Amino acid sequence: MTKSELIDVIAKEQGHLAYRDVELAVKCMLEQMSQALASGDRIEIRGFGSFSLHYRPPRQGRNPKTGESVSLAGKYVPHFKPGKELRERVNGGVDSDTES
Amino acid sequence: MSLTKAEIAEKLFDELGLNKREAKEMVEMFFEKIRLALEDGGQVKLSGFGNFDLREKKQRPGRNPKTGEEIPICARRVVTFRPGQKLKARVEAYAGSEQ
Repeated sequence: MTKSELIDVIAKEQGHLAYRDVELAVKCMLEQMSQALASGDRIEIRGFGSFSLHYRPPRQGRNPKTGESVSLAGKYVPHFKPGKELRERVNGGVDSDTES
Repeated sequence: MSLTKAEIAEKLFDELGLNKREAKEMVEMFFEKIRLALEDGGQVKLSGFGNFDLREKKQRPGRNPKTGEEIPICARRVVTFRPGQKLKARVEAYAGSEQ
């Protein structure tokens, strides 16, 4: 499912809203989530999961073309941890993970 | 600080003029439709944000960390998130204190 398909299914069920409003709402939600992560905040959605940042320390990398060594600065990467309900539902209703 | 459904709904109310009930329903439905697609075995691709993929994990040996007892970890299907280029670039620019 793509973003536009997601907009379609929501618009179909929210018949009282104009398609354009659903489109704006989905984009607004994704932008808000991106913005939160970009400013170092977590996102916590019960039953879905949480997004946070993980730190990657600086390291020595290599230019694959020239073989030259380059220093790469430390950086943050987005991380998603699925919530209990999502974990169970994608696994046929069974939560085989022991930690909650 | 962390972003929650209530704050996302609040923004839809403030910025798009949805009423409170519509805004709350919209947020619920957004996450529920993503869960449904994943539950049905489909990948979810949200351009500019990232992709939610499914991976089949094989059974592997595990251990109860408290008792040291060996228990196999069952085969299962799990969700993984791969952030898109745009989100990665925005987050990389964050120069906050190390967590």
